[in-house]
Amino acid sequence: MSAPRPLLRGRRKAVNALALGLASLATLLGLVVLVWILGTTLIHGAAALGPHLITQMTPPPGAAGGLANAIFGSTMLVLVAVLVGAPIGVLAGTHLAEYGRARPFAELVRFVNDILLSAPSVVIGLFVYQIVVRPSGHFSGWAGAVALGFILLPVVVRTTDETMRLVPISLREATLALGAPKWRMITQVIYPAARVGILTGLLLGIARISGETAPLLFTALNNQYWSMDLGHPLANVPVVIFQFALSPYDSWHSLAWAGALLLTVFVLVVSVLARTLLRGRTN
Amino acid sequence: MAHAGARGDSIFGGLALAATAFVLLVLAGIALSTLIGGWPAFARFGASFVARTAWDPVQRDFGALVPIYGTIVTAVLSMLLAVPIAFGIAIFLTEVAPRPLAGPISAAIELLAGIPSIIYGMWGLFVFVPFMADWVDPWLAASLGRLPVLGALFSGPPLGLGMLTAGIILGVMVVPFVAAVMRDVFTLVPSALRESAFALGATRWEVVWHVVLPYTRTAVVGGIFLGLGRALGETMAVTFVLGNAHDFNLSLLAPSTSIAAAIANEFTEADSATYLSALIALGFILFVVTFIVLVFAKLLLLRLARQAGR
Repeated sequence: MSAPRPLLRGRRKAVNALALGLASLATLLGLVVLVWILGTTLIHGAAALGPHLITQMTPPPGAAGGLANAIFGSTMLVLVAVLVGAPIGVLAGTHLAEYGRARPFAELVRFVNDILLSAPSVVIGLFVYQIVVRPSGHFSGWAGAVALGFILLPVVVRTTDETMRLVPISLREATLALGAPKWRMITQVIYPAARVGILTGLLLGIARISGETAPLLFTALNNQYWSMDLGHPLANVPVVIFQFALSPYDSWHSLAWAGALLLTVFVLVVSVLARTLLRGRTN
Repeated sequence: MAHAGARGDSIFGGLALAATAFVLLVLAGIALSTLIGGWPAFARFGASFVARTAWDPVQRDFGALVPIYGTIVTAVLSMLLAVPIAFGIAIFLTEVAPRPLAGPISAAIELLAGIPSIIYGMWGLFVFVPFMADWVDPWLAASLGRLPVLGALFSGPPLGLGMLTAGIILGVMVVPFVAAVMRDVFTLVPSALRESAFALGATRWEVVWHVVLPYTRTAVVGGIFLGLGRALGETMAVTFVLGNAHDFNLSLLAPSTSIAAAIANEFTEADSATYLSALIALGFILFVVTFIVLVFAKLLLLRLARQAGR
């Protein structure tokens, strides 16, 4: 065998350099778009920031106003969604990790849960429209919260299942050996041990549902006035952004940008917090 | 004492089982409720509902072809853009980037996935649409638009709105999902395989192309289909930039609509039971299509997980 010809070796090196160069370029492109989107939101949003955002209601076209009712509404929607979705999600994750394990039923639920995780949120909105809005006869905050709860659910199920399965088997054996029933083992030993992971899942879920817009269009809708009544249409930040951004009025555009900035900062802070918690656990 | 424990166990276990069954119920509920809601439209227009371009709220005559076409075209465009870029990012993160750099860049790309889709929509409408209208569309119409057959895809006034713009924004949204899956499965390749290839004198690119990619092929395709599932169902980002036009137009530069965009735009305006039912029927079609794509994606991903577990 002779040594490879220099020309061939040169060609292979060139292909390698080209491919890795393109890969680096692709990464750069991704980062540029990230900066472009965040930068645009920051510049337009910061120009519209001010105390009026939390003291005044969403205005009619042309008038001055803020986002107070929408911020309150969004907070309520997310809060109720967490109160409804989180317990069900944690319980389902508990079943998968502690009772179902690798049984076919548990594997089926994991599979279905992963599908739900990626299911189009607009369809989940239609689902809630059919089961809540249509029977009750009107759009309502409750319906919006239920829709967000359905989107939160699979996130919580998955992280709960995964983190609980990471708890060492020796902890379980030690607890059971002391004569504790299984439910006490789960609530008093496994939950505390998996606490950080479950909390991370919850935070990731909150980050996900805070920005959801499409399902709220058919459920909570919007409300121009201050309302604390979840039985009626409820103002919320994403739908306000949607309506104001698509309007022809400059004052509405600037409020939409302010809402977009608040929403983006909130979502990013929550997801970074979740990631930091997660890293603290693995180290 | 022991009796109380057994009682607590059956209550707690029962609750957990009920919550688990609830997850299955949600999926079945989505499918059933949209089928029932869309039934009047399916019954009225029959199977041809999916093959007709009519969309006339006044005459109450509806067909799903234009939104279905828009959904498929924008999703395919987005994958054409997202797959090579995501592949590049995954290669960069696993083969090129020095360790201290890979972590932060990985996190930054994941941030891109965390930005709410309505922010993409606003950015698209106020920044990217004018960019396309001023720079890209006129250039495309003047160059590719003059070609004999292909030209039909790039004709029309440079509005900036349309399937091309929507496809690009969807592509940007999908990149982090596909890149994350590719990065994760690339690290599953046994180091003995990679090291053997390096020992034989292979370059980094040759290791990726001839060793890493063949080993992870099914999971990579799974990741691509996961991204496709996202792209098909994405709503807010495309609603802002598609232009919501129900006229059938071959041109990628002309306003169009997609299933998700039509539902989001028109739901609160639907003034007749037939109109509402037609929109919910669109939702059912979207659910069935994404369900099939996602099941396919998950099955492919599971195959590599099993292979790596052995």
